[in-house]
Amino acid sequence: MTVQAVAPGTTRVELVVNGQPRLLDAEPRTLLVHALRDGLGLTGAHVGCDTSQCGACTVLVDGRAVKSCTLLALQVEGRQVTTIEGLAAAGELHPLQQAFVDHHGLQCGFCTPAMILTAHDLLARDPDPDEEAIRAALRGNFCRCTGYQPIVESIRSAAAELRGRP
Amino acid sequence: MIPARTEYVRPTSPEEALEALADPDAKALAGGQSLLPAMKLRLARPGLLVDIGRLDLAGVDTANGELRIGALTTWDELAGSEAFRRPAFAAVAECAAGIGDLQVRNCGTIGGGFAHADPASDMPAVALALGARVTARSRDGEREVETGELFVGPFATALATEELITDVIVPVPPPGSGSAYASVEHPASGFALAGVAALVRPDGRATIAVTGIAGRPLLLGDEGELADVEVAGDRFAPAEYRRHLAEVLCRRALDSARARAEEDA
Repeated sequence: MTVQAVAPGTTRVELVVNGQPRLLDAEPRTLLVHALRDGLGLTGAHVGCDTSQCGACTVLVDGRAVKSCTLLALQVEGRQVTTIEGLAAAGELHPLQQAFVDHHGLQCGFCTPAMILTAHDLLARDPDPDEEAIRAALRGNFCRCTGYQPIVESIRSAAAELRGRP
Repeated sequence: MIPARTEYVRPTSPEEALEALADPDAKALAGGQSLLPAMKLRLARPGLLVDIGRLDLAGVDTANGELRIGALTTWDELAGSEAFRRPAFAAVAECAAGIGDLQVRNCGTIGGGFAHADPASDMPAVALALGARVTARSRDGEREVETGELFVGPFATALATEELITDVIVPVPPPGSGSAYASVEHPASGFALAGVAALVRPDGRATIAVTGIAGRPLLLGDEGELADVEVAGDRFAPAEYRRHLAEVLCRRALDSARARAEEDA
């Protein structure tokens, strides 16, 4: 074997988070969500159900929405991880974030970072999704305030805003 | 929930992966969408995770007149692949698009799903209906296993622990064929209470397979006969209800596959 096994103890892991290389100590079993929250202090990824159902832990890996409670930190070593903290550029809210503010797309806010990041993946594939496509994409994201209607409206609005940009 | 302590390797070639998998306490980690939840619940406690996720085993191509799906092809890639636009293969994309949710489909792989062999998993029914087989590799070599023989029971396959699925091979049906997948899902888990895949050939003959109603996916007769199937039920969906669903879904899948066969060239 040319591959060095990572023993059960703690090891130094380099993650690329929001464009920055970040070092943290993790075990092989450390889940990405815990590495982000406890290792790097990025608490925008939430632990909701912890069973891959609710989607509150959603982050982007290489632009794709994933559930960070169902990935090991080591699995994404060297990949581009984007959390909600990395979405606003130079202090200006991303159009998705602004649309959620404008359209009251959140009530308690617990599901919001994940909703926005899942929508980010959707809009990267389909810049003009209809309501059905948006609801299908949000299937793995639960809002327990039952605020889906303004969430869908927020995403449609952000899609239009993004399409209008050069 | 945090999985039990384990070791971890990330091999850079299939050969390295097979070396690592020779450890009887090792388990291959692909997308992790089944294995990691099982590890969090302590239903699985491998001493060594062999992360095969970055091996070059993803993608769909044609070889020897058959479709070859790399084991690490994700459900999302299957759902969007041009290879399954043809009506004869429509069941593959239709089924993949309904698995889990966007986040799960972005990570979960066909090889990982088949190796996990959840009795309510959707794609095994499609694989059976299309007559697919898997290529399994170990240090001793390579062999092919018909999917009809791969799934032997709940979470159990005919593969040895050191064998790794590298490809899923799907024979190309003759022009004028159509396929479809129809299911009714448990509203909370998203897994199939019953799911039926059908392939209809130009001569009208059909191959039908069902998942979710027994300990493993099953091939049915030409008409989807269920009389001889021992249907399993639980408190959410009793056996008689699942049997009823399977009968209705057989008709739906057949109708849809027949309509598609007329569009296939």
